[in-house]
Amino acid sequence: MRELLWLIPILPLAAYVTLGVIGRRLPRWAVAVIGFVPVAASCGIAVAVASPYLSGQTSEPYVQVLWSWLQVGEFQPQIAFYLDPLSVVMTLVVTGVGSLILLYSTEYMDEDEEYSRFFAYMNLFVASMLTLVLGENLLVLFLGWEGVGMCSYLLIGFWYKDPDNGRAAQKAFIVTRVGDAAMLVGLFLLLSELGTLHIPLLMDRATAQWAVGAGLPSAAAALLLGGAVGKSAQLPLQVWLPDAMAGPTPVSALIHAATMVTAGVYLIARMHTLFLLAPIVLLLVAIIGTVTLLISGFSALVQRDIKRVLAYSTISQIGYMFLGLGVAAWSAAILHFMEHAFFKALLFLAAGVVIHALDDEHDLLKMGGLRKRLPFAFWTFLIAGAALAGFPILTSGFYSKDLILYSALVSSHGGFWLWLGGVVGVLLTGGYIFRLIFLAFFGELRREIGRLPRIRMKIPLIVLAVLSIVGGLFQIPRSLGGTPRFSNFLKPALGALPSGSLTIEATSELISSGAAILGIFIAYLWFLRRPKQVSHGALPAVPEMLQRYWFVDWGLDWLYDRVFVRPFVYIAHINRKDIVDRPFRRLEWIMAWTWRGFRITQTGRVSWYAVCVIGGVVVLLSMVVL
Amino acid sequence: MILVWLLGILGFGAVATWAVGLRSPTAARWTTLGLLTAGLILTLSCWSETAAWSAVRPTASYWVRELNWPWIPALGIHFYLALDGLTLILIVLTLGIGILSVLASWTEITTHVGAFHACMLWVLTAILGVFLAQDLFLFYFSWELMLVPMYFLIVIWGHEHRVHAAIKYFIFTQAGGLLMLVSIVALAFLHQRATGELSFNYFDLRHTPLSAAAEWWIMLGFFVGFGVKLPVVGLHTWMPEAYAEAPTAGSVILAGLLLKTTSVYGFLRFALPLFPNAGATIAPAAMILGVIGIIYGAWMSFGQTNLKRLVAYTSVSHLGFVLLGIYADTILALQGVILQTVCHALATGGLFVLAGIIRERTGHRHLDHLGGLVTEMPRLGAAGMILIMAAIALPGLGNFVGEFLILAGTYNVNLPLTIIATAGQITAMTYALRLMQRVFHGPMPRKWRILDLNVRETAVFVVLIAFLVWIGLRPQPIINLAQPALDHLKTFESEAIIYPEPS
Repeated sequence: MRELLWLIPILPLAAYVTLGVIGRRLPRWAVAVIGFVPVAASCGIAVAVASPYLSGQTSEPYVQVLWSWLQVGEFQPQIAFYLDPLSVVMTLVVTGVGSLILLYSTEYMDEDEEYSRFFAYMNLFVASMLTLVLGENLLVLFLGWEGVGMCSYLLIGFWYKDPDNGRAAQKAFIVTRVGDAAMLVGLFLLLSELGTLHIPLLMDRATAQWAVGAGLPSAAAALLLGGAVGKSAQLPLQVWLPDAMAGPTPVSALIHAATMVTAGVYLIARMHTLFLLAPIVLLLVAIIGTVTLLISGFSALVQRDIKRVLAYSTISQIGYMFLGLGVAAWSAAILHFMEHAFFKALLFLAAGVVIHALDDEHDLLKMGGLRKRLPFAFWTFLIAGAALAGFPILTSGFYSKDLILYSALVSSHGGFWLWLGGVVGVLLTGGYIFRLIFLAFFGELRREIGRLPRIRMKIPLIVLAVLSIVGGLFQIPRSLGGTPRFSNFLKPALGALPSGSLTIEATSELISSGAAILGIFIAYLWFLRRPKQVSHGALPAVPEMLQRYWFVDWGLDWLYDRVFVRPFVYIAHINRKDIVDRPFRRLEWIMAWTWRGFRITQTGRVSWYAVCVIGGVVVLLSMVVL
Repeated sequence: MILVWLLGILGFGAVATWAVGLRSPTAARWTTLGLLTAGLILTLSCWSETAAWSAVRPTASYWVRELNWPWIPALGIHFYLALDGLTLILIVLTLGIGILSVLASWTEITTHVGAFHACMLWVLTAILGVFLAQDLFLFYFSWELMLVPMYFLIVIWGHEHRVHAAIKYFIFTQAGGLLMLVSIVALAFLHQRATGELSFNYFDLRHTPLSAAAEWWIMLGFFVGFGVKLPVVGLHTWMPEAYAEAPTAGSVILAGLLLKTTSVYGFLRFALPLFPNAGATIAPAAMILGVIGIIYGAWMSFGQTNLKRLVAYTSVSHLGFVLLGIYADTILALQGVILQTVCHALATGGLFVLAGIIRERTGHRHLDHLGGLVTEMPRLGAAGMILIMAAIALPGLGNFVGEFLILAGTYNVNLPLTIIATAGQITAMTYALRLMQRVFHGPMPRKWRILDLNVRETAVFVVLIAFLVWIGLRPQPIINLAQPALDHLKTFESEAIIYPEPS
């Protein structure tokens, strides 16, 4: 069964090629079929391929070599796929959530002129993402890594006629490429020091050759972290993600929430052996995660664009995953990745219903009262929002987030301050997401409702809503009498979770549940009890200056613009004629003028020549005489 | 014999093409295509032989095919042609790009069609001569011969400022070429002084005892000669003008073959093996120049408003990688150099074809007058996107393999330069995405009424892209063919002796 592994990325790739070549000539229904079915089929194959792992038959990794990529001396990377519990989880989420979102898109995008181009890009994205998570060596992983980056660029700028979309797309691609350059140097380092890029071999050699805390593993881990920070939109490279919301909403759901932006989390989890050799970098991962989750949480509190709230929320939630990675709770981070994929995709898809119904309106303050008119969107959004906020017991988000927080407390790499940051983040999360819910769905209706979702948009919403609730069953904590099924499943690939006493676990859960409910309650007080607030969406009791500062995401964008972008563009502009050419042009000019000077002497008049000859003779003679 | 046939078919075929062109332009185009295809078939017939030879790596005679006729015996000059795997790759590339440029300029050139194609064939003949010559005089002869028909291609069929551009091109490359001639002659004379025999044979000259100073100065002549054409940053300024003003086929051949490929070949075949000690001395400086070229070229490209100038500056950036790899001088980096050279020829060639098509359809090549073209020309847009992604070395396309190998091979030689060069990939993003945005995306400055690519043009792009993908995912055949040449180079370098100064 596992021999079918190669089909999983190939099917979407084939769909991309087909749609790319003949898509424009096909009817819409055919495009929808070609756009959706291969990914769904990939999902089916993924389940089949994963079944030996899921049923507990085996946890041994399986390697499938397709062909040798190239071979120069010792350097012999192969195009090969690698299946282990970690890639099983990733593949199932990517194909599963991917096919749901594609099904949704067949209806959501059906009025768009370029239906086939959309599905072509989406399928290319899924193929690249699968290459990323299945790659057996870092070079194949990087192939997928850059592939998803390009698809992200193409899809953010999907509506290319608006230059703003183009700008957002370029920003996303360039900023992530900054991280990728660091990652590439990391690859060179690993290749020259350890002589290979095959991940399992790399990990073996790293543990054999490098001591914990030595310089080389720290440098390698830090460079890979650079790539992860760019792709996963963490501090200081998170500036591209909010702008990336310019793309169609299914794109935001699939690429900029559920899958691509978590590639960095996957990379670190996949390379965790290396990161364990670099405790200082691990600490950096945890700090980056915590700081990012806090500042993005604040930024999310004051946004007006519904998708931007969700974007900052994504950055913040990936911050939690980074926190989990940083305290070496690898499977906790992956669990949160999976739960987040469910509820954040759902949030975006439900937001898509709202945006559709309001004729492309993104502004929260122009919404309101949608609860009655769009009950379907409201209930699914509420479920997903509760999961995001980590509403205790009922929702999946509670289980994964608490696992991370508890791990931060008990892990040897963790600490109280990291935990506290995470708890404050929970408060913020409850606040910003329920602010959004109260603003959009409660209060009075301000706009007429246009399109309502039909069956193809409803099914994915229902499935994701169910998953957002029952997703918690995968990992029920000991304090609630459950078994950690998910982390046990990942144990062969990622090792065990840090463990501590039951009391600490229960206390941590209680406090974070309290924080979540408090956050929701404050949102209720500010935005539902006092309808006046609803009209301008600002936070009471917080200085306006501070809110404006949060609104622009702590001014980082502004800073980069002044420090990097403007000087770069300005110098390129003034040096358009190429300063290096100046001496050559000057030489040309001198030659031209000398020629002109000599030309004047060539008058063609005999008398003038005679004068010159005599003058010359006089000068020469006088030189001889004197 | 096959080598002479190759040169003969193109060289004399050009005369026939000119004659045919006087009667029917279309016939001239077909004749050129036929001649180039014949040459390609002839070359490919050596492919399996060369591949087998590459696998075995014979030691008795290095070449797969060789041919050595006396030419000017009094001066020890021979008509000495030889072929190995590296040459084979480059010849196939030359003929392939030649065919594509004929197809690309099918409708662009309407005046003196026969003469145009004859000039093109002569340029290609001279390029093949450069690749095949193993006699330094013959090499120089072919090197200079490339110049003249190219000059006419620019000056007769070029755009508005063609005369200025052509003269600048001629003077720069001529100056570089003359320095190289001085070096060749000096090398031959030093060889004669040491052995009593005047020879321009590559293998004879390799054993010339040179003092460190002599080796340095002679190497420098070669370095400048090849460097002007590469071009090394600082000597590059003639290039954007020449590219921008040349007709499409001219730009494609200039960018893909005439400059890069011949000079990369020159470095690998002559500058490195003949002067290993001096090469090691200049390596750090050359690598720094390479890295400056990577960043500066990309930055300049970002600032351009003329589409063809923009593409031209990307070459400076890409060839920076090549220079870096050549002087890093590890097998990994050198394999990367060869792949990068081939892929650069394909990708940049494709971009010039694209620029030519855009100019032909819209009448513009200034970015301010373009925009939103993908609506009307989705095929061209798709082709442009893939070529641009190749230019910024996206994995899956050939250029990535080239750049990756170059950088991985440079890592152990010079870490800081590797890091800066890798950062250069970020600057490359800026020009690439700006081109996409300003040409294909964004609002349309006016409603275009233009046709998308026709079958002939589509075929050109499909072939280019197919090769880029092939090299991107399975470059092994090229690597294997080139390996013996690089091993050879390495043995040359390991045998390097420093001779004492003559007293």
